[in-house]
Amino acid sequence: MSEVLQGYQQKLVKAFKAETSEFAGEVTVLVPAEKIIEAARMIRDEFGFDFLVCITAVDYWPEEKPRFHVAYVFRSLSQGLTLQVRAPIPGINPSLASIESVYQNANWQEREVYDMFGIQFEGHSDLRRILMPADWQGHPQRKDYPLGYEEPQYTFNFDDIAARKPAPKE
Amino acid sequence: MTQIQEVSLDEIRHLVSERAMTGETMLLNMGPQHPSTHGVLRLLLELDGETVVNCIPDIGFLHTGIEKNMESKTYQKAEVMTDRMDYMNTVGNNFTYCLAVEKLVGLDVPPRAQAIRVILAELTRIQSHLVWLGTAALDVAAMSVFLYCFREREQILDIMELVSGQRMMTTYIRPGGVWRDVPVEFEAAVRDFLKIIPKRIDEYEALLSKNPLFLDRCLGIGVISGEEAINRGLTGATLRASGPDYDLRKFAPYSGYEQYDFDVPTRTEGDVYARYLVRMEEMRQSIRIIEQAMAKLPLGPVRSNNYKFVPPPRSEIGTSMEALIHHFKLWTEGFNPPKGAVYAATESPRGELGCFLESDGGPKPYRVHFRTPSFDNLQVLPRLSQGHFVADLVAIIGSIDIVLGDIDR
Repeated sequence: MSEVLQGYQQKLVKAFKAETSEFAGEVTVLVPAEKIIEAARMIRDEFGFDFLVCITAVDYWPEEKPRFHVAYVFRSLSQGLTLQVRAPIPGINPSLASIESVYQNANWQEREVYDMFGIQFEGHSDLRRILMPADWQGHPQRKDYPLGYEEPQYTFNFDDIAARKPAPKE
Repeated sequence: MTQIQEVSLDEIRHLVSERAMTGETMLLNMGPQHPSTHGVLRLLLELDGETVVNCIPDIGFLHTGIEKNMESKTYQKAEVMTDRMDYMNTVGNNFTYCLAVEKLVGLDVPPRAQAIRVILAELTRIQSHLVWLGTAALDVAAMSVFLYCFREREQILDIMELVSGQRMMTTYIRPGGVWRDVPVEFEAAVRDFLKIIPKRIDEYEALLSKNPLFLDRCLGIGVISGEEAINRGLTGATLRASGPDYDLRKFAPYSGYEQYDFDVPTRTEGDVYARYLVRMEEMRQSIRIIEQAMAKLPLGPVRSNNYKFVPPPRSEIGTSMEALIHHFKLWTEGFNPPKGAVYAATESPRGELGCFLESDGGPKPYRVHFRTPSFDNLQVLPRLSQGHFVADLVAIIGSIDIVLGDIDR
């Protein structure tokens, strides 16, 4: 790990009481969820990470505190560095400040996380479902959301299964 | 049975101007089945006459839950799904996923496999750019280029079939190397292709680059500055046409890209024409990389011999007890990587294709997320198309080179 990155890491630890970890040569900083927008500002303006690569989330169900980790990947094009940040949030009313005002492409990224995990992003300009239909129930990427299988139909039970198969929508 | 909820105008009120409410401007659907949206993309347009006031992309028609599905398969078996995301860059999808898995478990890839991966990834880049060129030119009514592009693309697909048995969904790159060594005919096939393609690219340029009708449709359309492009998360040729020379093959070389001598073409204009020029030059650079990789294609194994993670060769299974055990364990249980999360990325024809992979120590990925370039590139469409004609919108969609399978996953 480069010394510059280590310096940034120390600054984040000092400013936000963050925790850091390293795995396979990648640095991850665990920032408290309520500080995420200040952290994002600091990462962009002070450290020069001008590019938000992606936002995603991980569900640790049935763990409740924290149930989700929202993971951010930032990149500094001029310095050639990559930094991963995570914000832990609880499973009941999961919500987090939107960083759309700092990185504009967070808009759709956060919409996808909202759609897939049901995490509310406060201050988001357009928080609607993005991949799933607007009237969809539930959030598919959650671990307590079943994957769903189709029962195999054989000649002896073809009609039984066909009878209880959900009919397509009109 | 559930009732279908209709999305009311109130839900998108904040996205359209006040004039849409009074009926002064018109709301018009474009797509999802429209030839110039390059797949199933629906655009809700707010039009003032022929001018686009607002454009609201509606995606997700091709969402197949690949990320969710991969969580229920072992690491090797989940790879097959990655082909189906970006169907113009199937090799690149496997490549990204394999790099992530290799990073997670700490696998080394033999040099020959690395070189083969680079050759195939660059062939795929040319193939993808050819499809882009054909369709984007078709969008701005240059009909003839399309068929020429598909003629050359066919040749690349034949090479893919030669090495993997499949034309598109190859799954040839596997964690720890590639499926098998390339056949003897491979070298001749690639050399034949390299012999004809530079001249063909010149021919396409002769058809388009100075064509006044083409220039009219492209120059000064959909301009974005370099700084804004970075803040909006653009990558790939779409970003490089605006100035920044961000290319992951140079930024963070993987699979031995640092050994090859090639340039990253950039332009500063940031319009549709600049994106066209950058992609044309990228094809030439890809040819350079393939030539160098072919010239020093090293001999040796094409798969890691760490049999805890990579299946042993078929020939050993008949004679070696360990090989049989490894084979059986790998295809029934899979392997258990350490707990942790990694992010690996490659330069796909459209930009940064990243794979975020988290393991909980079990044989199945705990969370897979693909950072797909088209998803972020399409986000900029409303910004690019504002104030342009509907006909220009078509040219802009063509120029950012989206693949809907890549967006919706």
